[in-house]
Amino acid sequence: MWDYSDKVKEHFFSPRNSGVLEDANAVGDVGSINCGDALRLMLKVDPDTETIVDARFQTFGCGSAIASSSALTEIIKGKKLDDALKVSNQDIADYLDGLPPEKMHCSVMGREALQAAVANYRGEEWKDDHEEGALVCKCFAIDAVLIEETVRANNLTSVEDVINYTKAGGGCSSCHENIEEILTKVMAERGETFSPHAVELKEEAKPSKLTNLQRIKRIETILDSIRPQLQRDHGDIELVDVDGKTIYVNMIGACAGCQMEAMTLQGIQQRLMEDLGEFVKVVPSRAGSYARAASHV
Amino acid sequence: MDGIYLDNNATTRVDDAVVAAMLPFFTEQFGNPSSMHSFGNKVGLSIKKARMQVQELLGAEHESEIIFTSCGTESDSTAILSALRASPEKKEIITTSIEHPAVLALCTHLEKEGYKTHFLKVDEKGRLDLDEYAKLLTDKVAVVSIMWANNETGTLFPVERMAEMAHAKGIPFHTDAVQAVGKVPIDLKTSKIDMLSLSGHKLHAPKGVGVLYLKRGVRFRPLLRGGHQERGRRAGTENTASIVGLGLACEQAMQHMAFENTEVKRLRDKLEAGILAKVPRAFATGDVSNRLPNTSNIAFEFIEGEAILLLLNKFGIAASSGSACTSGSLEPSHVMRAMGIPYTAAHGTIRFSLSRYSTEAEVDRVIQVVPEIVAQLRKLSPYWGENGPAEEPEKAFAPVYA
Ligand SMILES: Cc1ncc(COP(=O)(O)O)c(C=O)c1O
Repeated sequence: MWDYSDKVKEHFFSPRNSGVLEDANAVGDVGSINCGDALRLMLKVDPDTETIVDARFQTFGCGSAIASSSALTEIIKGKKLDDALKVSNQDIADYLDGLPPEKMHCSVMGREALQAAVANYRGEEWKDDHEEGALVCKCFAIDAVLIEETVRANNLTSVEDVINYTKAGGGCSSCHENIEEILTKVMAERGETFSPHAVELKEEAKPSKLTNLQRIKRIETILDSIRPQLQRDHGDIELVDVDGKTIYVNMIGACAGCQMEAMTLQGIQQRLMEDLGEFVKVVPSRAGSYARAASHV
Repeated sequence: MDGIYLDNNATTRVDDAVVAAMLPFFTEQFGNPSSMHSFGNKVGLSIKKARMQVQELLGAEHESEIIFTSCGTESDSTAILSALRASPEKKEIITTSIEHPAVLALCTHLEKEGYKTHFLKVDEKGRLDLDEYAKLLTDKVAVVSIMWANNETGTLFPVERMAEMAHAKGIPFHTDAVQAVGKVPIDLKTSKIDMLSLSGHKLHAPKGVGVLYLKRGVRFRPLLRGGHQERGRRAGTENTASIVGLGLACEQAMQHMAFENTEVKRLRDKLEAGILAKVPRAFATGDVSNRLPNTSNIAFEFIEGEAILLLLNKFGIAASSGSACTSGSLEPSHVMRAMGIPYTAAHGTIRFSLSRYSTEAEVDRVIQVVPEIVAQLRKLSPYWGENGPAEEPEKAFAPVYA
């Protein structure tokens, strides 16, 4: 039996806002019938204020899918579309006092339905860009597709690498056999053979080629290229310090402390790692915020 | 505990008499059966008695054909790996696509070690094609492993016939009979079955004890080597209390065999008919005219199994589901997929499995509750309209990224 929070159970047994919304002007249908989860989100948006005045859902899915749908409608009712779009899947999970790792995709589905509904309202086409695979790491809820893509994008060669880049395998370690299998498969695609003992050798063989100054300049350049995106959301980022593998940054403006900060940092870290070709950790320099960021990724 | 337990294919309640028979083996009779002193002596005799009780239920010719193990999974692994090691030059395995993971996952893993596994397909009722099977029986095959009864649908397979076909070609035949033992009569001495697995906790004995039947003369390579327990075929000090419990449970199963196939079957049939009469767009899966007497697997279209189970649980009713969500995987049950059950139904399958403890009142209660639950969830389903499925449900709701 899943370890569902009381909040999840409560929203499952008495879902809020379920059923058809007759005069909906924004509808999002998402999900995957193969996976056994699908959701139709129906919104009534006031065109003058772009405010969500009503929201309802229909869900084909398990207990947490129904609870996540119910929570989503409660969270977004009364919000302006742009604010509603800022709701993350973690917000949905938090609203329900957490979801088991196997069930995090239910909250992702809620967020996607929202994006799809808003796209539908604005006459845009919504395209899902994430593909889900079988759950590999149960400690951090990371699936096979994400690990495969990360291994491919970054030419990873060891379980250690995978832990550093994705966190998968960094907990109880019982999924290491599966991770080795993924490494074997992806490395074979690029004509290499996975060897569990190659790690130490590789570390020695590959000293960092950049001088400290070159490396910092490179980091600045990468941050510069990300900056326009942040500024569009009325935020900014500032490089504070580089200490070995840890890069301290300042998040400024709308980015600072916002719900998306952790997600944004995660994205920036990914970008930096891909460009630098090494593992780095991006940490906000403000005291206290690191702990929060960590609990969100 | 109060509540209605219809999940006996998952595990069963240990019979009170079985518990009572086990208890002395934790305290007064704690000795090691291998010891020379009198502390161990009586224990050894009790194990011998249990072996004979199992022998009787299986209709085995010799008591020494019974090897006690730690569970059904261990028996399955021991049997298959033994056959492979005994004939290292043969690199093919024949099994089915609807085995329990205890066999399925092992065979998939063996593929990585260079073995070729033939997974026999099933038709829409879960039946095997014996012509396809016959064609695969070549001298490259090291072992055939076919379950006696499927754990999800209860469908029975013609293992005695299939064992004869394998025997004619000199190929060892194993059957995972974990779900069949105690529910259908078995007589191994008149069959060509070489190896059979059973698990105690499916027949009112405790968890963590199983048996591998090994026909006399079949070549064998142990999985666990060490002491001389079980005649060197399964090393490790015996789980004496559980073995004694399993012995008594087998004797009881023998006594209840007729009851299982009349009274339990009648209740199962009543339950199934009662639900299907009241719930539209629902159907029984598997080969309904040839299945275990206690099992009914019903697909409820357009709703999801875990949600059904959670609501059943609220009414104190325990069952299980083939939906993806209950397993934490993304795919619904491989058994439902193998039978070609559409996803909209496969995710909504519920297995009710009865036992000799199930009562008429319980069945009546379930027949009353299930239609309400299904209706409640269908109200939430995007595939369902006011009074029935949306017209052309797959078109009415076709989510992005399906
Ligand atoms: C058909 C079948 N085989 C094997 C097993 C595994 O038995 P055990 O849990 O004793 O390892 C089960 C139990 O679910 C089963 O139903």
